[in-house]
Order: sequence, then structure tokens, then C-alpha cells
Amino acid sequence: MAKLLEVEGLQVRYGGIEAVRGLSFSAEEGRIETIIGANGAGKSSALLAISGIVRKAGGSIRFRGEDITHMRADRIVRLGLVQVPEGRAILSPLTVAENLELGAWTRSDAAGVRAELERVYGLFPRLSERRAQLAGSLSGGEQQMLAIGRALMASPKLLLLDEPSMGLAPMLVSLIFSTIAGIAASGTSVLLVEQNARAALKIADRGLVLSHGAASIEGTSEELLANPAVVEAFLGKV
Amino acid sequence: MDLSLFANPVFLVQNLVDGLSRGALYGVYAMGFTLIFGVLDILNLAHAATFMWCAFAGYLVMAVGGLPLPAGLAAAMLAGALIALLLELLAFRPLRREGADKLSSMISSIGASLILVSLAEAAFGAQTRRFPNSVLDPKPFYIGGFSGVRISRAQILILAASVVLMVGLGLFIRRTKMGKAIRAVAASQKAARLLGIDVNGVIVVTFLVAGALAGAAGILVALLTNNIVPGMGNQIELRGLAVVILGGMGNIEGAVVGGFVLGLVETFTIAYAPGGSDIKDAIAFLILFIILLVKPNGIMGRGKADRA
Repeated sequence: MAKLLEVEGLQVRYGGIEAVRGLSFSAEEGRIETIIGANGAGKSSALLAISGIVRKAGGSIRFRGEDITHMRADRIVRLGLVQVPEGRAILSPLTVAENLELGAWTRSDAAGVRAELERVYGLFPRLSERRAQLAGSLSGGEQQMLAIGRALMASPKLLLLDEPSMGLAPMLVSLIFSTIAGIAASGTSVLLVEQNARAALKIADRGLVLSHGAASIEGTSEELLANPAVVEAFLGKV
Repeated sequence: MDLSLFANPVFLVQNLVDGLSRGALYGVYAMGFTLIFGVLDILNLAHAATFMWCAFAGYLVMAVGGLPLPAGLAAAMLAGALIALLLELLAFRPLRREGADKLSSMISSIGASLILVSLAEAAFGAQTRRFPNSVLDPKPFYIGGFSGVRISRAQILILAASVVLMVGLGLFIRRTKMGKAIRAVAASQKAARLLGIDVNGVIVVTFLVAGALAGAAGILVALLTNNIVPGMGNQIELRGLAVVILGGMGNIEGAVVGGFVLGLVETFTIAYAPGGSDIKDAIAFLILFIILLVKPNGIMGRGKADRA
């Protein structure tokens, strides 16, 4: 399978603190890859560095064969690498419809954008009901739907999701995760970063465990779910 | 206080006309000022100097170049856009790149303002420039005969132009894709970048628009007062700031409402209060102060979330 994203020795530093120290992994086309790890393991820093939002202290990143290590964030989105960051980054003073419209900022095919919007509204009927409402007035779950729907508006090749389950009730978490599985099934590759390791591994093809800024364990979801170290650290006793 | 003034409808309407046109100017000026604050969270204290230079640009095109009024208006707005672009590229962006705090940007804009005013003094001297009558006929219109309400051509132009600019800016910000991107950058630069928006590009557009508004305000004030001097920005600088605070920092509708409030309050203080023109600033700012006590976020302010 073709490598979609290749990360080599990625480093991120904030002042003297090393958040990511030599992270290497790759994501393949048509799959869900997950990065699990404890709070503060460097997951969000790695994703923000991949998207060009925080500066890389070292390493290289290739996306669809192109070197994007020093590329500007908006150009990276144009290539098809789109992120829903931790905390969702909803534009609260704008309406739901305006948020979705801006999700398609990089596209100029009006007909394609209209069709995409209908797909997103089909995927999340709640957003369709609330399209004229200010995004800031949505509930946490609706905001997560909006953030994912908005990212889909860009028609991404690879969707980066940072903690989509954060702060959501269990029922909403399973709704969001089944939606993510559906998105991957329809052809968009997904890189999912989660603290909720069980839910993430349930839908992912492969996973890696990030601890102290570097990959510690890698494997298929089945392997990780069966790995005693993973079970003890993230899954608890069942 | 002359009580008979209150019973005089012509006098009342006259002050409404004067107050609305004065307020329209404050509104146009403050819209550009508040737009930049809404997007970047910085006070561009070179807005008044931009305003002044645009008055001269219009003057040069019309009084020296002999071109007609539309060319003068266009030249002033273009000059404003250009100066604002230079401010962004030279005074603001380098600081932003280094992650400097907002205070540094404000100091930088004060420096830019001093440079712009000194350059104008060197170029034009302290002598007042006036438009020849051919630019805009100074004879006013009278509604209801010579004892009726007087309205000058400059006032008609101001009211018409300000409505066009206010509605135009509102539609631009609310309806167009670029307007929505400007609001996105105002809400969160990080979120905007993750959507693929070129944030610096959007900031450039914001400065171009804000500068053009300073330009429109500059040439319109020049046409109304017919008094163009390098220090003319001082008159409007503090009022513009007051209007922006009154309307709610970064709130464009608020800037328009605040502009009209200040314009009307000033005009009516001059007209109805004894010794009005001496105390108009005191009264006007006392009223602003009271409004802010009641609505600390400004008339239209509902906190940071609804800005721009």
C-alpha cells in the first residue's frame, strides 16, 4: 500500500521542553491509524507540527511523496491534509453554515462544494437543523460534529483528528467513532489521536503508543489490544 | 439656556442634519479603526495620520491636478489603502513574526504616525490648504426657504458616501467569502490556518479596507471643513478611539452607532447648551463615560466572542 504520510524523527520543542523527541511513523492510504498515549505524551504537539502550526525542531515530513516539512499551514491544507485540532477550533461568532463554507476555503469547484455540503448535512442532520445558528451556541457534541464536517468540506486525503471524544458523553463518543469509521470506509484516510484507547483501537487498523514524545509500541490494533503493556497502561482491567 | 430654541423645529432639524453628517464622518473613520482591532487585537494609532495624508492626496488630485470630485475620492481611498498596506508590511508584520506583544505593535504604530505627520509637515508646511470652489460648490441648499434648514453639498456627499460605505462594508464582512475569512481570522488565527486560510493575506486585505475607509473619512472631512493641515488628524484621533470603545471594541456596527451618537451629542451640546462649543468635549465625553458605566463593553459589545 502506498505511504500517504511519512514522519521521520520529528522533534518539537517549547523553550527548553522537548514535547516530541524523534517520532517516526507512517500512515497508509485507506486506513485508520491511531496514536494513543497519556496526557502530555506529545500527541497534540506532533499533530500541530505535521499541520505546520507549530515549528519543528527537527525531522522531516512527507505527504503523498511531497516534502511538507517547511510548508506553510494553508498550503498543507491545499494538499489534502486537514486537521480537526484538540478543542475543535470552532469559529464561535460565525454560523454553522459559515463554518462549513470556510471549511471549503481551499476549493473553487462550486458544484463539488455544494454536493459536499449536502453530504455533511446528511452525515450530521443536527448541523442541518442548526445551520443558521451561531457555532458558539452548539453543545459540545454538536461542535465536534461541526469540526469534523467542516474538515470534510475540504475533501481531505488524510484527516487528522485530535481527541474527538474529549468531553463527550459515552453515547456521543460512540456516534462520533462510528462516523469516523464511516468516513474511512468511504475512502478518506484517518489519523486519529486519542486518550480513549479502547474506542480508538476498536475502529483503527493500526496504532502506535506515544510516550514521552516518541513511539514506544507499534502494531495492528489486534496486537495492541492484546499487548499486556498497552492493556495495563491504557485499557485497564476489564 | 434659551428655551425658545427647543420650540423651534427648523433649528432642531438643522442640528439633526449637522449632527448626522458629523456622526457619519466619525462612523466611517471608526469603522476602519475598529476593523483592525477586531482582526488583530491591536490599536493602529497611525489611522489618524493615514486619514490626514488621504486628505492631502485628494487635495493634490483635485485642487492641484484639477481632476473632478470622483477622482479625488478614489485617490484618497487608494492612498489610504496604500499607506495602510505599508503600515502592515513595515510596522506590524515584522513584530507579529517575532511574536511581539500587542503593546509593541501599538508603540510601532505611534512611531509610524509621527513619521507620517512629520513627512506631511515637511512636504506641505503648516499653512492651511483649501479647495477652490470649483471642486465642490460651497453654496448650500435650503429646505423651506432661506430661513429653513441649510444643507451643504459636502454634507449631502458625506451622508450619501457614508451610507454606501457602511452598507458596503457590512455586506462585504457578512456575505462575501473574504469577509467570512476576515471574521475567521478575527476569531482565531490558528483555526483559520487549519482551514487553509492564508492569514497574512487576509490581514493585508483587512488593512487595505481599513486604509480605504480612513481615506474616505479624510477626504470627506477635508471637503466639509475645507481646512487641510498636517495636524488635522489630532481632531479626530481621540474621538475615533472614543467611538470605537463606545461601540464595543472591534464591533463594526457599534462603530457606526457610536459615531452617530458622538456626532449628535456634540452638535446638540453646541446648539443647546450655554457656552456649548467650549464645553462640547466635556459634555460629550461625560455622556460617553456614563454610557460605558452602564454598558462597559460598549453599546453593541457583548464580549469578545462576537467581534468583527
